[in-house]
Amino acid sequence: MPSTLFKNARLLDPWTHLDQTGDLLAVDGAIRAIGADAAAAAPAGAVIVDCEGHCLAPGLIDMRVHLSEPGHEYLEDIETTSRAAVAGGITSLVALPGTEPVLDEVSTVEFVSRRARKLGLVNIYAYGAATRGLAGKELTEMGLLAQAGAVGFTDGTRAIADALVMRRALSYARTFDQLIVQHPEEPKLAAGGAVTEGEIATRLGLPGITPVAELIMIERDLHLVEITGARYHVAHVSTGAAIEAIRRAKARGLPVTCDTAPAYFMLNETAIEEYRTFTKLSPPLRPEADRRAVVEGLRDGTIDAIASDHRPHDQDSKRLPFTSAAAGIIGLETLLPLALTLHHKGDVPLARVLRALTQAPADILRLPIGRLALGAAADLVLIDLDRPYRIRAEQFKSKARNTPFDGMPVQGCVLKTFVAGRNVYGAER
Amino acid sequence: MDKSPSPLFPHRHLLGIDGLKADDINAILDLAEGYVEQNRADDKKRTVLRGRTIINLFFENSTRTRTSFELAGKRLGADVINMSVDGTSIKKGETLIDTAMTLNAMHLDALVVRHHESGAVHLLADKMNCAVINAGDGAHEHPTQALLDALTIRRRKGSLKGLTVAICGDILHSRVARSNIALLNIMGARVRVVAPRTLLPAQIERLGVEVFHDMARGLADVDIIMMLRLQMERMNGNFLPSLREYFHFYGLDQAKLAKAKPDALIMHPGPINRGVEIDSAVADDIDRSLILGQVEMGVAVRMACLDLLMRTDAKRNDA
Repeated sequence: MPSTLFKNARLLDPWTHLDQTGDLLAVDGAIRAIGADAAAAAPAGAVIVDCEGHCLAPGLIDMRVHLSEPGHEYLEDIETTSRAAVAGGITSLVALPGTEPVLDEVSTVEFVSRRARKLGLVNIYAYGAATRGLAGKELTEMGLLAQAGAVGFTDGTRAIADALVMRRALSYARTFDQLIVQHPEEPKLAAGGAVTEGEIATRLGLPGITPVAELIMIERDLHLVEITGARYHVAHVSTGAAIEAIRRAKARGLPVTCDTAPAYFMLNETAIEEYRTFTKLSPPLRPEADRRAVVEGLRDGTIDAIASDHRPHDQDSKRLPFTSAAAGIIGLETLLPLALTLHHKGDVPLARVLRALTQAPADILRLPIGRLALGAAADLVLIDLDRPYRIRAEQFKSKARNTPFDGMPVQGCVLKTFVAGRNVYGAER
Repeated sequence: MDKSPSPLFPHRHLLGIDGLKADDINAILDLAEGYVEQNRADDKKRTVLRGRTIINLFFENSTRTRTSFELAGKRLGADVINMSVDGTSIKKGETLIDTAMTLNAMHLDALVVRHHESGAVHLLADKMNCAVINAGDGAHEHPTQALLDALTIRRRKGSLKGLTVAICGDILHSRVARSNIALLNIMGARVRVVAPRTLLPAQIERLGVEVFHDMARGLADVDIIMMLRLQMERMNGNFLPSLREYFHFYGLDQAKLAKAKPDALIMHPGPINRGVEIDSAVADDIDRSLILGQVEMGVAVRMACLDLLMRTDAKRNDA
């Protein structure tokens, strides 16, 4: 039985409220012992990992990743996505269904999990498409897709815009106790837009999107959630008004959760000056007041999770005039250091930052992962919380380089990553 | 290589009015004054740019602006080549960067670019070793238009400082409006915009303008009225219910003109839509309308811009 003893670790786990120095024993891919008795329980021949006082935490769960395989392997394939993920301390990720072909059939969902299993680097889960071909019209076979492993349903970067389709998606998903994930943007209202409407858009002559497009979609959906009772998750929430709507809905007891992506608490719309297409996102970057509202939403827990929304693009898609350029940035390898800025700046306590990256997505997805618990999978990340360095895109394991954070000084890095007890990143250290 | 720019105009490119100082603008206008006289003489040709190559690269149809730049270059003795690229029939981005790199390899001295997307000229300028002039990018800027408007006003009013200028019409889609708002603010004029709310971009007041939705109020006591072309080809939605209604409320006719100062002047970047944004009688009023004068100033201003930007290169090459 392969076993690993992690010694001298600062054991950090939001799920068990653990923050103490000690040891952890992993045997046969699962956590066998935690704390004082771990060393004694270690079998002879166990691999010893001296953590040197660094943080040992549950591996991160990234609940929003755009896979480029199948369909766009030239951008990135499941292997490079996996290598980038584990380099970022991510041990589980959830693929969005916008691949080619779309993940709207049992066979394509099974293809993704089979590829991931064969590689054995990172746990890859998948959302099924909520509607066939992401076209927003006919529901997919949610029951069968869920049996095949889909952990929720979404149309990816397209909002489920038709109110009747959304109502039925929510109702039908609830039949199987499944989650519906919405891209919150009223598409008609946002049509043709590239950036948030306002002074900067006006100065640059770029077509703007009113931030109300996010709020309208969420508020409509919340009424539908109220009549259907389905579990509803808002992806990459980015405006203060939308966060407030979700805060009130949670207070009323609606089954609603949300995530945000690091760009929305790291950057505001001024980053688009000079037409930097690496800052073109969907939803677009917002004014500073919204950025602060995102930080506050993370601090008070209205925003449950942080997801990378990793979306690879090649140079040809970004070296274009702003309105023609593709939206989205990569984020697997910057998720942790960017999230840790919230802790280092004193905006959000460390335990809450970690929860947004581990326990919260696990709970939303109802997966028994993301925790330091006896019997749980030994998916672990060893983190040096304080080491300062600059983000270097050219060192990424990801094939893509589309990040606005290249060169940014950050603090906190991944030392080693373990999936089911196996050292999948940082072995040479 | 020494790239120290001309002390008169310390910029490598002319991509927009935003970022220029009053001294920069005056340098262009002062030089252009001399070219106005040259263009009125029988011998219009000089040789200051002899041996230089200029390419007019137009991704969007234009007759007036392209012709104006072509004349400007030729009257200074440069070789001018026009390239029109139909932006809709090709994959835009690759062509833009690839075209820039290809042209760059041909050792140009200046590239004049018009493109239908905001920021496209900036993107292209990054790849070029020569001076780049923005001849209009999307709804962003059209700096030579604002400069020729400034020269036109200055010659009639003496100065721009303290004047009240109303810019009327489709502000939302207008690069001319953005460049003029920037320039007029830099030069100390007071700027108003007058338009229905659907044709105004968000937070336009932050650009230093007073906003009006009523022509009678917006034109009250102004010195200059700048009408904008209603860009029907840009109308991708229901911005306006009908041209008839638009002309009724926002078309410049004698009645609305009467609200302005008695000596108020009328400008329009052309080409005009008679009976849509401007009444023919007003457009053709030789005492009030500067529309053809603007066209004349356009050539002189573009000569000045080419001269200043390429003189930079001349210095560098001589060094």
